[in-house]
Amino acid sequence: MGRNAARLAAVAAFLVTLGACGGSPAPAAQTDVGITSNSILLGTTNALSGPAAAYGTIANAENAYFTYINGQGGVNGRKITFKIYDDAYNPAQTVPLTKQLVEQDQVFATFSGLGTQDQTSVRDYLNSKKVPQLFVATGATTFNKDFSSNPWTLGWQPPYQGESRIYAKDILQNHPNAKIGVLYQNDDYGQDYLKGLTDGLGASASLIVDKESFDVTAASPAAQLAKLKAANADTVFLFATPKPAVQSLVIITALHWTPTIYLNSVSNPQIYMAAAKKNGAALANVTSVSYIKDPTDPQWASDSGMQQYKTIIASCSTCKPDDGFNIYGVAVAYTMVDVLKQAGTNMTRKNVMDIAANRLNETNPFLLPGIKVKTASSDHFAIMQEQVITWNGTGWTLQGSIIDERGTLK
Amino acid sequence: MQAFLQQVVSGIAIGGIFASLALALVLIYNAMGLVNFAQGEMAMLATFVAYALISRGMSYWIAFPVTLVLAFGGGVVIQRVVIRPVERAPILTLVIITLGLATLLNGLAGFMFGYVPRSFPSAFSAQTIDLLGVFISYRDLGVIVVSGLVLLAVYLLLQHTTVGLTLRAAAHHPEASRLLGVQVSWMLGLGWGLAAAVGAVSGIMVAPILLLEPNMMQSIIIYAFAAAVLGGIESPLGAVVGGLTVGVTVNLAGAYIPFVGGDLQLAVGLAIIIVVLIIRPNGLFGRAATRRV
Amino acid sequence: MLQRIRGAPPRYWLVGVVVLFFVGFPTVISSFLASEWAQALILAIAIMGLNILVGYSGQLSLGHGAFMALGAYTSAILAHHFKMDIVATIPIAGLLTGLVGFVFGIPALRLSALYLALATFALAVVTPSLIKRPAGLTGGVQGIILTQPDPPGFAQSAYGFLTGTAMTSDQWIYYICLFCALILFWFAWNLVRHRPGRAMRAIRDGEVAAAASGVNIAGYKTLAFGISAFYAGIAGALFALATGFVSPDTFPVSLSIQLLVGAVVGGLASIPGPLLGAIFAYFLPIESSQWVPSQSWIPDQIASTVKNAGPAVTYGAVLILIMIFAPNGIVGLVYRGYVALNRRLRGAADRETGQMPPNPQTV
Repeated sequence: MGRNAARLAAVAAFLVTLGACGGSPAPAAQTDVGITSNSILLGTTNALSGPAAAYGTIANAENAYFTYINGQGGVNGRKITFKIYDDAYNPAQTVPLTKQLVEQDQVFATFSGLGTQDQTSVRDYLNSKKVPQLFVATGATTFNKDFSSNPWTLGWQPPYQGESRIYAKDILQNHPNAKIGVLYQNDDYGQDYLKGLTDGLGASASLIVDKESFDVTAASPAAQLAKLKAANADTVFLFATPKPAVQSLVIITALHWTPTIYLNSVSNPQIYMAAAKKNGAALANVTSVSYIKDPTDPQWASDSGMQQYKTIIASCSTCKPDDGFNIYGVAVAYTMVDVLKQAGTNMTRKNVMDIAANRLNETNPFLLPGIKVKTASSDHFAIMQEQVITWNGTGWTLQGSIIDERGTLK
Repeated sequence: MQAFLQQVVSGIAIGGIFASLALALVLIYNAMGLVNFAQGEMAMLATFVAYALISRGMSYWIAFPVTLVLAFGGGVVIQRVVIRPVERAPILTLVIITLGLATLLNGLAGFMFGYVPRSFPSAFSAQTIDLLGVFISYRDLGVIVVSGLVLLAVYLLLQHTTVGLTLRAAAHHPEASRLLGVQVSWMLGLGWGLAAAVGAVSGIMVAPILLLEPNMMQSIIIYAFAAAVLGGIESPLGAVVGGLTVGVTVNLAGAYIPFVGGDLQLAVGLAIIIVVLIIRPNGLFGRAATRRV
Repeated sequence: MLQRIRGAPPRYWLVGVVVLFFVGFPTVISSFLASEWAQALILAIAIMGLNILVGYSGQLSLGHGAFMALGAYTSAILAHHFKMDIVATIPIAGLLTGLVGFVFGIPALRLSALYLALATFALAVVTPSLIKRPAGLTGGVQGIILTQPDPPGFAQSAYGFLTGTAMTSDQWIYYICLFCALILFWFAWNLVRHRPGRAMRAIRDGEVAAAASGVNIAGYKTLAFGISAFYAGIAGALFALATGFVSPDTFPVSLSIQLLVGAVVGGLASIPGPLLGAIFAYFLPIESSQWVPSQSWIPDQIASTVKNAGPAVTYGAVLILIMIFAPNGIVGLVYRGYVALNRRLRGAADRETGQMPPNPQTV
């Protein structure tokens, strides 16, 4: 019997320990969850580890901007606290972590959650709980397009489809007889780009002579590019994240091939172009678009927005200032703070969502001059302007004026 | 025809990359009958060490050997600290340890160097050779040539030196070796050191092609496993032949089997390997294993 | 009856207490925590399946995430395209996955342990790309969104009667997971104590000897694969239910590794092992990055390093430490502690009677 008692005691200890981990039941909902007289609680999920960990720095850059704003007295006297959870780019982890943000941490809103699949996995949940899912860090069209059915969700960056429509326009204007080969990443990102291009070309979609997909886990897209070359394409679209894009630029030169190249904006920061050049890419006839200032571009060296960015990012010890993802983070955090400032005393989720979706009209110091972050009751795509840029051998040259794609995506 | 040859040649080029890492896997397997899941991450970290040295102004040709020595030391340290305590544990425990090590090293590299892909200098020019309209760069050739040299060195070491003999004896007959006065545990340490150094060569060779970042080796480790297995896991020559075979097969499958396309390359390559294994369970170059009872 | 209960061996009492605990637990914690524990139970089911394969039959799989994916997609497709009740799809998903696993087990017979490990690892690596291909069926990269079921009336009223609060769908899903886990753990317990379990262990410990004693080696090895995949399929279906979403990125290689880690850390070839391993494998990655920085007794410098270095470093380090200090998993550790304690108590008694304690080396 003595042994049994010992066992029971052990079990009891186990139960007590588990119970202690459990914590207290959630308190009743408030109208302004996450807001106190001197604080605003925001939360995010990002990939701090795993295959997409390169994006993780975005969350840290956002936090650096909030720290900067807090240092200046916060938003109308309230300091922003930013909870960052690591979902390793896996939707199965995004779901419990987002529930934790909403039900346990009681955030006011989720902000800049990363990844199309990840944010899709929690969209229904956040909308049913009426928690703002603001400025998701993905260019998938659905997050702005389907605002009417998901009125608590909103994207920020220009949608991928909008970008490739700009390329389509450029093709039709400047290369109407192009033979187009497309290299695209076999995920929502690459497929969205491809759709935009096909839609944008419309009746001229037959200009696409070949399209080749590759998986993000592949070591190199060499085989696909060799196929595009064999299909006699004279214009190549690279819808790829930075690493395969740089590899592609190198491989194209190695194949003694000189097509006109359209490079998606995600991969056009100068550090990647420099890496491609170092590895032997010729970088002739490369076109891309841009909406954000590139921290490595010398033309912004004395720009006040860029200097402000450098000050802000210096407070984040793990952030590399040259990393384009960091200025993205600071820029989107700027918009978030702008929305919160406008909400003023009416700090409700509903009001904040209303401003973000319908009444935004902002000049963001970290975006290219002339680009507006703007929403209206008829159009919820925040950024729909981009500028065509071409590579001049040492840097990007802005071409023509800003192209406005507003209204093309419905 | 030209397009076909170009696919074969780019397959050989990428196959050289697989082979170079597969060699390190084979070494570890020979040294302790273990598949090291952290091999790729160890190679990646060593390459970052070389990167740090070079970016601090050290010349490439000095940084290269220094990195190899450091990688060797790192391999020995890992064996002494992490592997030795579980030397006699079941193989599964060792597998889990190497998986944990892979996670740890990956996170560590991300913490220390960030995730931005970087260009890494190469000993070989990025120029290409034109073989009747089929192109291959000196870099790709360099990887294959260096893999060949490493293969030769590993072969000579394992087959024609006392150290190599002792190493293999310690791996396969630890008890008997111990009786003969072999410091089995230190031989295992030596094996880890060598594998780490071979991995470092692989990392330094492929970094200019794959771009240096913490996940650099993750895209090729599975192919390297496939290459090593196809060649029969114990055979260094098998690893190289296996690597090239996998590279070419995967490329051709992607290009010429319509259903496959670019994105299912890996699946087809692996399916082929599994079929080969079912027909020849010890790989192309493996000897029939004696069944342990 | 009472006599039988009183005479039950102590471990039955332990099982009873644990079951009661898991039944009562969600009534005192928040709905969110219940959803987390549901995920842990789902992992426990998958890990139990892996345990049958690895721990009892001695075949290594690094690709069980692929079987979970199959189960999850079977369930999601039936619910989404064929409008079936998602709870009703769970057994179908399990059976289908079990069948596929059984078939997969046939070529696996030809492969040695190491090659089997690599073949299954390969399976895990290609799973996301394979899912993307039949986009019409699987939703491609968009995945499939599933509506989570509301608790049925009887559960609502029972829960309301007991706790006085309304039952959330997360809590209802927790009980579905618990129900499945109980049945499957009970089944596993019976399996390993009877003929198939003995046969599998005999094969694990020596195929030739097992064959000599008339065990059908091929039959039992493929059976183990089938049963193991059945568990993974059920776990996958529950996973789809609890997450409310399936997509290719939901089944990365790391899921398969997480399962194996859970199986080994919990303790192979044991029944409580998978439960403990699942709790570890589920909560460690989540908690490791949150817990350390928020503890005041940990020096600031260490805490901030851990925070900056990210969860991967902590997870890897903890995993290695556990394997070094408890190579037989948590169950092994507990058992060792129990034996040591017993010996010490017995040793004290023995000294009093003037007998020597047994040599620890021989125990």
